[in-house]
Amino acid sequence: MAVAVKKKSFLDGIPDAPPDPILSLRTLYEEDPAEKKLNVSVGAYRTDEGKSYVLPVVKEVETMMLDDPSLNHEYLPVEGLKEFRDATAKLAFGEDSLAIREGRCVTVQALSGTGALRVGLEFLSRFYAQGAKVYIPEQSWPLHRRIPPLSGMGEVGLYRYFNADTKGVDFTGLMEDISHAPNGSIIVLHPCAHNPTGADLSFDEWKRLCTVIAEKGHLPFFDAAYQGFATGDLIRDRFALEYFASQGIELMLSQSYAKNMGLYGERTGALSVIVSDKSIVDRVLTQLKQVIRPMYSSPPAHGARIAATILNNPVLFDKWNGELKLMSGRILEMRTALKLALQKLQTPGSWDFLEKQIGMFSYTGLTGPEVDFIQEKYHIYMMRNGRISMAGLTTSTVDYLAGAMHDAVLNAPKGHL
Amino acid sequence: MLRGGVLNGLSRASGQRHRRLMSVWKDVPKGPEDAILGVTIAYNKDENPKKINLGVGAYRDDNGKPFVLSSVRAAEARIQSEKRPMEYLPVIGDKEFLSNSLKLAFTEDNEFLKNDLIASIQALSGTGACRLGAEFISRFHKSSTGMPLVLMPSPTWANHPGIFRDGGCEVGKYRYYDPDSCGFDLEGCVEDLKSAPVGSVVLLHACAHNPTGVDPTMDQWEVLSETIKRAGLLPFFDMAYQGFTSGSLDIDAGAVRKFVEDGHRVMLAQSFSKNFGLYGHRLGTLSMLTDSDKEKMAIESQLKILARTIWSNPPIQGSRIVNEVFKDNSFYNSWTEEMSRMANRIIDMRKQLSDKLVELKNPRDWSHITRQKGMFCYSGLSPAQVEAMKEQFSVYLISSGRISMAGVTSANVEHLATAMDAVTK
Repeated sequence: MAVAVKKKSFLDGIPDAPPDPILSLRTLYEEDPAEKKLNVSVGAYRTDEGKSYVLPVVKEVETMMLDDPSLNHEYLPVEGLKEFRDATAKLAFGEDSLAIREGRCVTVQALSGTGALRVGLEFLSRFYAQGAKVYIPEQSWPLHRRIPPLSGMGEVGLYRYFNADTKGVDFTGLMEDISHAPNGSIIVLHPCAHNPTGADLSFDEWKRLCTVIAEKGHLPFFDAAYQGFATGDLIRDRFALEYFASQGIELMLSQSYAKNMGLYGERTGALSVIVSDKSIVDRVLTQLKQVIRPMYSSPPAHGARIAATILNNPVLFDKWNGELKLMSGRILEMRTALKLALQKLQTPGSWDFLEKQIGMFSYTGLTGPEVDFIQEKYHIYMMRNGRISMAGLTTSTVDYLAGAMHDAVLNAPKGHL
Repeated sequence: MLRGGVLNGLSRASGQRHRRLMSVWKDVPKGPEDAILGVTIAYNKDENPKKINLGVGAYRDDNGKPFVLSSVRAAEARIQSEKRPMEYLPVIGDKEFLSNSLKLAFTEDNEFLKNDLIASIQALSGTGACRLGAEFISRFHKSSTGMPLVLMPSPTWANHPGIFRDGGCEVGKYRYYDPDSCGFDLEGCVEDLKSAPVGSVVLLHACAHNPTGVDPTMDQWEVLSETIKRAGLLPFFDMAYQGFTSGSLDIDAGAVRKFVEDGHRVMLAQSFSKNFGLYGHRLGTLSMLTDSDKEKMAIESQLKILARTIWSNPPIQGSRIVNEVFKDNSFYNSWTEEMSRMANRIIDMRKQLSDKLVELKNPRDWSHITRQKGMFCYSGLSPAQVEAMKEQFSVYLISSGRISMAGVTSANVEHLATAMDAVTK
């Protein structure tokens, strides 16, 4: 090999970036040599054997695709696969949605939920009111806080969300904060299965929130990562989306098929923008493409083909529905099982909320020291804010977790540090 | 699809009550049309049976059809037969794939590779790799002007300026294409690089320059390497056609490997779109040579942060296919053989086109057609001539005169030659 150039590398002094809180837990878990350990931190679905799950309908479609000689690996258009874009919008807003029928909904394929948010926020930074701020719930997915500044939207504002006493939504606080945000603010909303708390708004609360948002001229940006996964019912889970759209609200929507179709690694998602005036749709689409093209040119085809095939075929769609009910059903079972286990141990506290909360995650109310205690003594990994992923629990591990929680509540150091 | 909704109870009349009179998007201007796409759209409308589409930037076989490599099909079948989960890849991507990427680019014997000193991250093809590179440069590598500056060849791939600008960099040019010779303007290039601010990043097409097809010779790369070193610039190679240009993986990576030998700490964006035909899978890698394990770790941690907020983690399917091909000798051999066949079909089309123009006794010097390399050929046709090709012969190419040789087949090369001859007489 030739002589190395002995000058100071430009890479000298590049600082180590802080580790990602969720993903580094996975590493810690994997490297833990303990025989008995449990990971309830990552939000990926697991079967009752603790295994990852490829939906049978997805497998069926992949086999069909493999045998289809007409399929190739060509580039998708910048905006993605048309059959997927059309179908995903209908899944979100309803096939009869006025916005769609009037041609006022523009949808582009995106790199799952993250990608949809990033493209949407970049678009906002270019074409939405200068100085408008993005508001996220006080408890939210960490990337909601990180993506806006990187997209040119500045630091986010917060609105109250979780009521630590009821372990439900602090609706009064939420309404107050959203009412006080400057007119035309961008409000990030979880339409169902709130991450990380599992506390969702009721239908009535959504209606009341919609009125406030309309009065303030806010722009709602929904992040729908769990449609069908929350209650098992695709229609119920989209209530907020359907309702807001039906009221003529201009809105944005990020959709992900990572969890509800188990397409995690395929990065399948969509960004939709509903506008009040059809004549704007073409222009918006061209500008969304202008954001996408210099980012990754065009989206990956594989996952979108799978999703489109399922969404557009009634038989496959029904199968998918059934598998969704199975997955969400298992999670509901785990919620009940954990609640019962804690009640049986007579662990101090009220554990009914475990069943009231919805979706994959639960804010247990465990404190930082309690979480640390559980990790050290029981090698159980959860987020330090007390969030557990119900999807990571199985009938054989529920008692282990309950026992650990019981021990922690009684014996872990007090305080919140 | 789902019939009905929870809103069935609501009367239609009560809906839309909050409909805005004026959309918040009313002032969004229309974005520019994609020039290349425009060509295909016009081509599709044309009813002339002799029409030819020379705009497409993807390989076509001799029947003008997209081509899925048999090694790729076989790899997919194998993946499908196993019950593999579709889990998230780590943010950095698939480790085995990254290792395969680096071996492909730098060879197993490379000292940096052997000592695990190459920082790398899986990205969404060449575009995504360049974008990550741009985001990194804009934060961590300012030039002597105080700004992160990336110089690109004139001309370059239409998407390059946007990628680096959106990534936060300033963008500049250096002379590259000489329209008189339809070749490489070495003198102009060297002059511009010499006068570039220290610490600028120089974007280089590793092989099969897009859009011109004009590549420096190894002697010219030698000069560039020396110039770049003396000027204190950082080379960033965009390699989208390794193996696809000459048919040989090693020859096509020659410039990159030479620069590494010469001591440059290169940045490299690799795409697997063309050489594996995995266009729609968005498979690529960004890599950077480092001097220490500590540096490597720091850089990868920063790249992960950047990737996490754009796509979280990269798509899995393409990386699996490449891994299967690398794992199995017969798949690998099938791949290199088919890749070489693709490259050689294009080389053959260049020769046929050039021969036919000579046969037609066209007065121009068309030797650049066979001198230029890869998928694209800068024909030297003027915009007016390009227009005439379209109007009179239904031959569609971009107004810059760029021809995608992938669109040329043994069935249409004669019509193409006839058209080119007619408009340039």
